[in-house]
Amino acid sequence: MSLVARHLEENGIPTLCLGSALDILRAGQPPRAAFVDYPLGHSAGRPFDEADQLAVVTAALRAFEDITTPGGLVTLPNRWPEVSWAQDSESNESGDTRQPRDESPQWQFPEDREAAIAAGAWQA
Amino acid sequence: MPMQYMETIRARYARLGYAPYRWFEASTPSAWKALSRPLARLRLGLLSTSGAYVRGQRAYHYRDDCSLRAIPVDTPDTALRFSHITENYLVDARKDPGCILPLATLRKLVTRGVIGSLASDVFSCMGGIYSQRRVREETAPAVLDAFKAEGVEAALLVAM
Repeated sequence: MSLVARHLEENGIPTLCLGSALDILRAGQPPRAAFVDYPLGHSAGRPFDEADQLAVVTAALRAFEDITTPGGLVTLPNRWPEVSWAQDSESNESGDTRQPRDESPQWQFPEDREAAIAAGAWQA
Repeated sequence: MPMQYMETIRARYARLGYAPYRWFEASTPSAWKALSRPLARLRLGLLSTSGAYVRGQRAYHYRDDCSLRAIPVDTPDTALRFSHITENYLVDARKDPGCILPLATLRKLVTRGVIGSLASDVFSCMGGIYSQRRVREETAPAVLDAFKAEGVEAALLVAM
């Protein structure tokens, strides 16, 4: 993501990266970054919590105006309510699907494949 | 203390016998472009690296799929899908896309006057690509072209 942000900025589009992996954000040094200390997969707020989603994205967007030098990073005040998530996240090995590494589309539902064929986006 | 993902994931992949993942590590400061006008008056674009797609579109494949999907900004949650090489992080997003793809949130922020307007399409790709060269040569220019075509004046990038 940082690579894309840096490319956009070089070509005249101001960017803000919102993410929940602080070390990865720091390594990539995008022009502007907002860090929310949530488990990966929730950078836009807690699930089924519209108020929190609104708070996270609103606070992140504020960084567009608050960060004034390249590589600036703000930490959002939002806190994940469960204390054990970091431990759960570290022990979650079974689901990391770095395989299979072939070029067959991995639809969320089998039915999505049929919908893509019907829409002409995929050939059976 | 925030999670140390790079260290944890390096160790996990080594244990599982996966090829090591090399994150982009910047060695120079980025370029800088100031906002042309306040957020409340400009047109915002969104890129999500969550592997989002719309029902009826092609899902992502897991062999460095660098392609983009254009997602109409008014797409209902029920039509949003995700496929991503590290889909273990998408359990909640598949129940409530708003926790990773803030379409409804951004629409609300337009209504409230925080953002001037939204591009008619937002874009998604799949993060976790092994080839930095392909991200530089394929994904980044495609996102730039897509945003330019939409008249985007500032872009929010939301990581998975």
